[in-house]
Amino acid sequence: MTGFPILSVLIAVPMIAAIACLFVSANTARMLALAATLIDFVLGIMLWMNYDIGGAQWQFVEHAPGIFGPFGWSLGIDGFALMLIMLSVFLMPICIGASWRSITTRVPEYMAAFLFTEVLMIGTFAAQDLFLFYVFFEAGLIPMYLIIGIWGGANRIYASYKFFLYTLLGSVLMFIAMLYMAKTAGTTSIPALMNYEFPAHVQTWLWLAFFASFAVKMPMWPVHTWLPDAHVQAPTAGSVILAGVLLKLGGYGFLRFLLPMFPEASGQLTWLIFGLSAVAVIYTSLVALVQSDMKKLIAYSSVAHMAIVTIGLFAFNRQGIEGAMIMMLSHGLVSGALFLCVGVIYDQLHTREISRYGGLAINMPKYAILFLFFTMASIGLPGTSGFVAEFLSLMGTYQVSTWTALLCTTGIILGAAYMLYLYRRVVFGEIKSDDVRGMVDLSAREFWLLAPIAAVVLWMGVYPESFLAPMRKDVSVLLARVDRAKPANDSNPTAGRPAAIVHSAAHGEAH
Amino acid sequence: MDYAANIAMTLPELVLALGAIALMLVSAWGGEKSTRAVSIAAVFVLVGAGIALVGPASSGGYAFDGLYRADAFGAFAKVLIYIASAVAIVMAPSFFARTHGDDLRPEYPVLILLSACGMGIMVSATDMLTLYVGLELQSLAAYVLASFMRRDGRSAEAGLKYFVLGALASGILLYGISLVYGFSGTTLFSGISDAYAGTKSLGLLFGLVFVFAGLAFKISAVPFHMWTPDVYEGAPTPVTAFFASAPKVAALALSVRVAVDAMGPATDQWRQIVIFAALASIILGAVAAIGQTNIKRLLAYSSINNVGFALIGLAAGTPEGVSGVLMYLTIYVAMTLGSFLIVLQMRGDDGQPVETIDSLAGMSRTRPALAAALAIFMFSLAGIPPLFGFYAKFAVFSAAVDAGLFPLAVVGIAASVIGAYYYLRVVKTMYFDDPAPAFAPMESKVEGGLIAVAAVFVSPAGYLLIPVLGAWTMAAARALF
Repeated sequence: MTGFPILSVLIAVPMIAAIACLFVSANTARMLALAATLIDFVLGIMLWMNYDIGGAQWQFVEHAPGIFGPFGWSLGIDGFALMLIMLSVFLMPICIGASWRSITTRVPEYMAAFLFTEVLMIGTFAAQDLFLFYVFFEAGLIPMYLIIGIWGGANRIYASYKFFLYTLLGSVLMFIAMLYMAKTAGTTSIPALMNYEFPAHVQTWLWLAFFASFAVKMPMWPVHTWLPDAHVQAPTAGSVILAGVLLKLGGYGFLRFLLPMFPEASGQLTWLIFGLSAVAVIYTSLVALVQSDMKKLIAYSSVAHMAIVTIGLFAFNRQGIEGAMIMMLSHGLVSGALFLCVGVIYDQLHTREISRYGGLAINMPKYAILFLFFTMASIGLPGTSGFVAEFLSLMGTYQVSTWTALLCTTGIILGAAYMLYLYRRVVFGEIKSDDVRGMVDLSAREFWLLAPIAAVVLWMGVYPESFLAPMRKDVSVLLARVDRAKPANDSNPTAGRPAAIVHSAAHGEAH
Repeated sequence: MDYAANIAMTLPELVLALGAIALMLVSAWGGEKSTRAVSIAAVFVLVGAGIALVGPASSGGYAFDGLYRADAFGAFAKVLIYIASAVAIVMAPSFFARTHGDDLRPEYPVLILLSACGMGIMVSATDMLTLYVGLELQSLAAYVLASFMRRDGRSAEAGLKYFVLGALASGILLYGISLVYGFSGTTLFSGISDAYAGTKSLGLLFGLVFVFAGLAFKISAVPFHMWTPDVYEGAPTPVTAFFASAPKVAALALSVRVAVDAMGPATDQWRQIVIFAALASIILGAVAAIGQTNIKRLLAYSSINNVGFALIGLAAGTPEGVSGVLMYLTIYVAMTLGSFLIVLQMRGDDGQPVETIDSLAGMSRTRPALAAALAIFMFSLAGIPPLFGFYAKFAVFSAAVDAGLFPLAVVGIAASVIGAYYYLRVVKTMYFDDPAPAFAPMESKVEGGLIAVAAVFVSPAGYLLIPVLGAWTMAAARALF
C-alpha cells in the first residue's frame, strides 16, 4: 500500500460523489450516495487490513506542507483514528440506507449533505495538522445545520440554531488557543505538538479553551442541552450520524489534544472532569427516565454514556483509556442502532411518543428481538460491546477515584432502568390502538441495516481484542506521556496492589 | 528626482484622471445614448490603470518630494479598488434598467472613475494634504453616486445624509490634521513620525485622536457608523455594493498607512482606539443586524462587523497584522460584491427590486444555484470553515495572538458567534422556509459569471490561493515597515 494516498482517496470519494449528487435526480443521488459510501467502507476495510498493528505510531502519512500557506494538507492515522474512521465508514452506508424511503423531498441535497459530513468526519480523524483539523472539525456544522433544518421535525429551526451556535461558541475559543500553540511551538503538526512541553500555567488556559470546544461537542453536563433538541428534530439518519460519529469528535479531541498536549493541566483538572461526569451520569439518567419522547430518552442516555467516556479517559491508566475508546465505538454503534429502531416505527406512525406504542412484540417480532438486543447492549449486558466498555472504563476509574467510580456505576443501574422501562412500554404489553395493530415488521431493507450493527456489537462484546489491538501501542505511548502528571489515586493503599493491576489488564484483554 | 519619474510613479492615477475627464466630455456631448460605450470604456480605463501599476507605480518609492509613495502596499490596495470599481460599473445597467424614471446615465461610470482615482491617491498618500485631497475626491464622487436616483426619495436622503456626515467627518479629520501639523511642524508622514518618536505632547495626542475619529467615520467603525445603514439602504444597489467594497478598502488601507507610517511610534496610543473601535464594531455590527428585515441594511451592519475584524489586524500593529488586514479585505471584497450581486437579482415579477429578507424564503427551491451561492457568502462572512472567510479571520486573529493581544482575540472571536446568528438567519430563510414567489430570472450572463467567480473564490478552493495571496499581502505589508 505504500505510496497510495488511501486517506486522501477516502476523503475524495464522498467529496466527488457529493458534488455529483447535486446535479442528478433523486434516485440517481440515492444510488450514487450508497455506492460512494460502500466504496469508502471497502477502502476502510483495506485501511484496517493494511494497518500495521504495533508498527509505526503514525501510518498512511501524507504530507503536503504549505499548500494552504500557514498550514498544509497533512494526514495520518494511529490506532484511535483508525477505529473511529472505521466507525464512520461503517455507519455511513447504513445512514444512506435508512434514508432510502423516509426522505422524499430534496433527495439530492440530502445525500450531498451526508456525503459532505462523511468527508469532514474522516478528515477530522485523519488530520495531522492543527488547522486542517480545525477546518474539518468546524465545517461539520454546516451540513449538519442543513440536515436538521431542512429535513428535521416540527421544531427543527430552533434546534438547528441551537446546535450551530452552541458548538460554534465552544470551538472559537479553541481556535484562539490553536493560534497561540502554533505560534509558541512554531509548528502546526499535531504529532509534534503532542510531544511539545507547554509551560504548566499556559497549559491550564489552553486546556480550558480546548475543553470548552470538546465538552460542548461531547457533550458534557451542563453544556449538553443542545443534544436532545438536535437529536429529536433531526431525521433518523441525522441522529444516527450525530450520536454515532459527531459526538465522538469530542472524545477524540480529549484523547488527541487535551491529554497528550497538556498532561499537567489534565492531571490538575481531573477533578473537574470527574465531577461533571458524575453529575452527568446520574442527572441525565434520571432525566432519561421521565422522557415521553423516545429520541429524547436515547439522547439523554448518550450524555450519560459519554460521561463514562470522559472518566475513562481521565483515569490515566490503560483500562480507562481503552474502555473509553471501546465505549465510543460501542455507543456509536448501539445508539445509532437505537435511533434506527426508533426510525423504523416512526416511519410508520409518525410519532415518537412512547405512550402511543405498546405491544409491538405481538405484530413485530423481528423488530422486538433486535430492539431488545440493542437495549441490552446499551445497558451493558455481558456479551455485548457495552459491557466491555463500561467494565474497562469503570475499572480504570476505580483505580484513581473510588468515589467517582461508585457514582458513575449507578449510571449502569439507572441505565438499565430507563432502557428496560422504555422497552417495556414500547414492545411489551397489549396493543392499545388500531394504528399500532396495523404496523408491519421490519422490511428486508430495515433488517439488513440493523443486522450488521448487531453482529459488530456482538463481536466487540465477545472478542474486543480485534478492536483493542490496533490501539494498544497508542495507549502505551499516551500513558508514557501523561504518566508524570497522573493524579494521586485513592484506591491503592497497600504496596501489594500492582499485581492486581497487571491482572486486570490481562483480564481486559481476555474479553 | 526628475518629473518623468514622478509621473511614472503616479501613472495609475493619471490614467484614471485623464480617462475620467475624456469620458466626461464624451458623455457631455454624447448624452444618455453613450452610456453603454462610456461604461465599457470606463472598465477599460480601470484595467489600464491596473496595468499601469506594473513597474515604478508599485515599487518606485517616494514621488513629489514625499507627498506620494508608490509601493507594494498601495498597489495591492489599488488592485482591490479597481476590481471592485469595475464590478460596480458592470452591475449597474441591469439595475437601472428597471427603475422608474431614473435611467443609468454616463455620469455613473465617470463618477466611479473619479472616486477610484481619489482612492488611489488615498492609499498612496504619505502626506496629510495628499491624503485629504484624495479623500475628498473620493467622497465627493461618492455623495453624488449615493443620490444618483434623482427621483427616488430614499436615494436623495442617502446622498444628503452621506454628505452631511461625511463633511462632519472631514472636518474632524482636518481638525486633527491641523493639530498634528501645529505640533509637529510638517504634514509629511515621515516628519510626523519623527515628532511622535520625540517628546510626548498632548497636542499630538489630541491630533491623533481626531485623525482616527475622522478615519473611523470613513471606514464606518463604531461609534462613527451611524450613517452606514441609512446610506446603504437608500443608495441604488450597485452604488451600495461599491460603497461596501472599494471605499472601504481605500479608507482602511489609508488608516493602516497613517497608523503605521505616520504614527508608528505612537502605536501604544492608537492601539487603544483601534481595539475599542474593533470590538465595538464587531459587537454592535452583530447585535444590531439581528433585528434587520432589509437585506441591504443587514449587509450594512455586516460591513460594520467586518471592519471590526479587519481592525483587529491593525491593532496588532505588526507586518503580520497589516498583511492580515489586506488578506481580510481581499476576501471581504469578494464576499461583499458577491452578496450584492445576488441582492441585485432579487426582483419581483414586475421587475421591481425587492429588498426584504423574507422575500428570499425558499430560494433554495426556486433558484438553487443562487441560493447556494448566497449561502456560501453568508457562511463565509460568518467565518465558518471550510469557506474562505474563515481564513480572513485566521489571518487577523493570528496576528493579534502573535502580538499578545489575547483579550482582544478572545472577545472578538466570541462576538463573532453573535454575528453568525444573523448570517444563519439568511441561510435559514432560503433553505428552511416555504418558498415565496420566485424572483424574475437573471438576465445578465456577466452577473451570473461574476457571482460564480466570487463563490468559487470564497469556497474551499480559495485556500489554494493562500500561498500566493499570503506572499503578496506580506510583501505589501513589509513596504510600510
